[in-house]
Amino acid sequence: MFTTPFDYRNAHSVQDVIEWLQEDPDNTKILAGGHSLLPLMKLRLSTVSHLIDIGQIPELQGIVLSDNELRIGAFTRYVQLVRDPSVALAAPLVAEAARVIGDLQVRNRGTIGGSLCHADPAADLPAALLALGAELEIAGPAGKRREDIDSFFLAPFITTLAPGEVLTAIRIPRIAQGARSIYLKRPHLASGYPIIGVAAWVVLRDAQVDSCRIAITGIGSVPFRAFSAEQMLVGQTFTRDVILRAAEQVASDQSFDDDDDGYKANLCRVYVTRALAALGNQG
Amino acid sequence: MSVTMTVNGTTITRSVEPRTLLVHFLRDEAGLTGTHVGCDTSQCGACTVLLNGDAVKSCTVLAVQANGAEVVTIEGLEQEVLHPVQQGFWEKHGLQCGFCTPGAMLTASYLLSTNPHPSETDIRDALDGLLCRCTGYETIVRSVQRAQEIMDERQTEERETKIG
Ligand SMILES: Cc1cc2nc3c(=O)[nH]c(=O)nc-3n(C[C@H](O)[C@H](O)[C@H](O)COP(=O)(O)OP(=O)(O)OC[C@H]3O[C@@H](n4cnc5c(N)ncnc54)[C@H](O)[C@@H]3O)c2cc1C
Ligand code: FES
Ligand code: FES
Repeated sequence: MFTTPFDYRNAHSVQDVIEWLQEDPDNTKILAGGHSLLPLMKLRLSTVSHLIDIGQIPELQGIVLSDNELRIGAFTRYVQLVRDPSVALAAPLVAEAARVIGDLQVRNRGTIGGSLCHADPAADLPAALLALGAELEIAGPAGKRREDIDSFFLAPFITTLAPGEVLTAIRIPRIAQGARSIYLKRPHLASGYPIIGVAAWVVLRDAQVDSCRIAITGIGSVPFRAFSAEQMLVGQTFTRDVILRAAEQVASDQSFDDDDDGYKANLCRVYVTRALAALGNQG
Repeated sequence: MSVTMTVNGTTITRSVEPRTLLVHFLRDEAGLTGTHVGCDTSQCGACTVLLNGDAVKSCTVLAVQANGAEVVTIEGLEQEVLHPVQQGFWEKHGLQCGFCTPGAMLTASYLLSTNPHPSETDIRDALDGLLCRCTGYETIVRSVQRAQEIMDERQTEERETKIG
């Protein structure tokens, strides 16, 4: 299958990308790993006149760990997230989620920035990045801005990224000392995408929850945080009962589309319970 | 657009449309038809090649994205003797119709290059992106296990010849 014809430019700096995007913003797309965009273009679900390849821009690459945060360039491939020692140290949840994306060949091409900007409601990484409180670095014609990931996803395949803007990096605060974390995914048997993916971490002090976060992908129209369950958990002893109540809270807070039979709500309850119970058993 | 890449050690330059997929560049421009198009929708892995050493689905990469890169296809796996993966597939009957085999072999060779002693789980995990329409998965797994032994055997032999 062939895409419709387009012209192709290989950018060498973020400045190139911003300038070129402005020439014809409605018909231009950024090409990162290409593992969402090219399949769509081949099926002609997306027609693009100009592609800007961001694969060779040094500013968009690399993983840097500082005292309090990890900075990941937007054009960092999943395989690098899986292998990088500083990701394993400061944000193991990101490596754990990246490890179960698609298959080995997909992980060799797909990028963290592509996954976020594509905003597939069934993408894996958003759950991990929401749970870790990531912040996004974005560059555009008006300059640079930062955005909390909590407000980034607006609807399926729609983010706050304006035409002409580029995601340049993802900043992740170092996970709290002693935190236990997990990404639990139920893959769709055919597609491999999550039907549900639960990212969670907890810090326990004397069996009590000191702090925690839960984020869920796959099952809602956008990936979401389970704010009220998080609040409910803090200060509680991390018992089976408390976990079940938290899971119930997550499921009842959400109204899932097309869920008359309650399948999604139940799946949500079961997977949050399993994820939290697994955290209880760690350590 | 002019695209230059090194395919199995030979540098080739062609002028192609930007929408040319890597798999078509390899088959139609380089004349290497060992790389198969199975699904053409990024699912089956038959089109897997090594791009700068990494296993990728060449139906989901533009030829222009591989400009300047080193590519290895199934035709480039054999050196003076069969590649351990080829030998392993031969001995353990890792292929039936052979359609998925080029992708299976390149995926297996990538696995062994990054993890020389994979567990059975590692092997099955690595082959997740490969669909074998003949469903010969068990023998493919055994072939990769055999390939790993052959790699070890060849290394031992090499060491012994050097000492001897
Ligand atoms: C067989 C298969 C299985 C898959 N399974 C999974 C799975 O299980 N879980 C999962 O999460 N994903 C899965 N994916 C999707 C995969 O993760 C994609 O790689 C990812 O969604 C997109 O990343 P990319 O780098 O390939 O982006 P591209 O496809 O290149 O781009 C995607 C979109 O984002 C835009 N974009 C990319 N980078 C930027 C940037 N820096 N700034 C602004 N805009 C940008 C592009 O313009 C485009 O609109 C699968 C894909 C395939 C082909
Ligand atoms: S032909 Fe490329 S993945 Fe099937
Ligand atoms: S051997 Fe026939 S498709 Fe795999």
